[in-house]
Amino acid sequence: MQALAQHEGITAGNVANVAEVMQTIAEHKGCGTSGGSGKASCGSAAGQGDLPTEIWEKVKNHPCYSEEAHHHYARMHVAVAPACNIQCNYCNRKYDCANESRPGVVSEKLTPEQASKKVLAVASTIPQMTVLGIAGPGDPLANPEKTFKTFELIAKTAPDIKLCLSTNGLTLPDHVDTIAGFNVDHVTITINMVDPEIGAKIYPWVFWKHKRYTGVEGAKLLTDRQLLGLEMLTERGILCKVNSVMIPGINDKHLVEVNKAVKSRGAFLHNIMPLISAPEHGTVFGLTGQRGPTAQELKALQDSCEGEMNMMRHCRQCRADAVGLLGEDRSAEFTTDKIMAMEVNYDLDTRKAYQAKVEEERVAKVAAKQEELSTLAGEMSDIKLLVAVATKGSGLINEHFGHAKEFQIYELSTAGAKFVGHRRVDLYCQGGYGEEDSLETIIRAINDCHAVFVAKIGGCPKADLLKAGIEPIDQFAHEFIEKSAIAWFKSYLDKVNSDEIEHVERGDAEIRQGALITAA
Amino acid sequence: MALKIIASQCTSCSACEPECPNVAITEKNGTFVIDPKKCTECLGHFDAPQCAAVCPVDDTCVIDTSFPRYQVPA
Ligand code: SF4
Ligand code: SF4
Ligand code: SF4
Repeated sequence: MQALAQHEGITAGNVANVAEVMQTIAEHKGCGTSGGSGKASCGSAAGQGDLPTEIWEKVKNHPCYSEEAHHHYARMHVAVAPACNIQCNYCNRKYDCANESRPGVVSEKLTPEQASKKVLAVASTIPQMTVLGIAGPGDPLANPEKTFKTFELIAKTAPDIKLCLSTNGLTLPDHVDTIAGFNVDHVTITINMVDPEIGAKIYPWVFWKHKRYTGVEGAKLLTDRQLLGLEMLTERGILCKVNSVMIPGINDKHLVEVNKAVKSRGAFLHNIMPLISAPEHGTVFGLTGQRGPTAQELKALQDSCEGEMNMMRHCRQCRADAVGLLGEDRSAEFTTDKIMAMEVNYDLDTRKAYQAKVEEERVAKVAAKQEELSTLAGEMSDIKLLVAVATKGSGLINEHFGHAKEFQIYELSTAGAKFVGHRRVDLYCQGGYGEEDSLETIIRAINDCHAVFVAKIGGCPKADLLKAGIEPIDQFAHEFIEKSAIAWFKSYLDKVNSDEIEHVERGDAEIRQGALITAA
Repeated sequence: MALKIIASQCTSCSACEPECPNVAITEKNGTFVIDPKKCTECLGHFDAPQCAAVCPVDDTCVIDTSFPRYQVPA
């Protein structure tokens, strides 16, 4: 499963000044949501918001926890844990754990020794790589020796890298002390239900203490162990994120209960992910035709849980061997053969210097957004709309429409620009730029958006987008996303107010269902 | 008196390996195999063959009929 951390060294170097700046920014209610409706979505948004300082320190450079950091910092996963001890109906064990990865993905399995060499190689090549996660391809805690051996090797050679871990939770209570001993301070638990009757529809069996338990009995065992493990971790001050897979008709309404249960036990972030299911994945749900949620259904559920706690909307369901910024994958550069041949020079100072520069960028971006936001002050409008953005990272509109593997979705209102998710389109772009049916599928993926911000776009797709009612916008190329989106939104409101255009609601969009059998 | 692993179905997840009370399971050429001389169908250790109970693919760890049974099915 996936990601977490231990922070020391590195972060310590640039924390002081950044923390100050962020503190000030935080007073602005980080996330750009309206202050009125209770909690801002800060777990996943720009600033510290109302997170306690010690938690903010832990998450601020963590791409999986901080929506803002995910533009700047990279993470990697190593696939050292192939075995699993439960069966999920959305998983086919020919592939990686579907709780953390997208279904249909196969990772290259490594020994702990290969894994630690790979981490050092990547950290030396990509200085913004700050987080190492073990997320599979099975359940890391069903492979405790391999998982903890990997942590041990990395803690020794690269103490500045944060360690994190994801699990289905079945054996979590048995390992809490070891986890604490390794300074793993972020753990992700996948919790899809707190009611065994519902669990029985998701988990056909669990294997525990030499016995296979099926149906309600198995699900009861699983939920008890998950919640106990969660409590034990938060008692020890270890940060816990909860992942839930939204399965329409099975646990969609129930996830509100799950949200309450995990919040009351101290989880700091809840990530609701869509079920991705297709017959070719060979999963039970794929074969029974169980559908995943639409983008609107997912957003509605995330919104309804948001008042309760921090929601995370930027999760990419990364591969168990992903490398790079979220949404990108450079794992092909670091295959076992290449790593073993690499001369690795782990240079802590270079990494620190690089990261200090990244901090400057971040601060500049947040400042730009605040400035632009002030121009919206006094605007009165109930209009809320979504826009899509093509970006390669650094918080900039810096990707070509035809090269985008995904679009980031922002919700714009007079309260500002709020990141609400991303839509993958990589599967559709294989045929190259401007291809007709690939364009249609992109349009379907962002059909709920009023506009799409890009660094560049060709004439043909431009015309088709306009026809579909989505405005392509390239005049903010290489500028900050939020600042540009707010500026555009302001002019949109002006046009609506002067009756130059009429505001119309958009339809729903599709969540990409195709299997990523090949590496993304 | 043994189970065998249907190689074409094995995902090489390794889950069965540490569960075997007789250390009968090892990795060979990318999949896992049971040494029939060591396998006791878990008799005397557990109620059910552990490899079959933990295996994520149904009917992959199965009775090898070329060996006489230890446990007569009830
Ligand atoms: S926890 Fe579920 S999804 Fe993850 S590997 Fe095990 S069966 Fe698959
Ligand atoms: S049946 Fe039991 S003894 Fe035989 S291989 Fe499987 S786990 Fe080992
Ligand atoms: S548990 Fe099943 S799939 Fe996994 S290695 Fe053993 S036989 Fe193969």
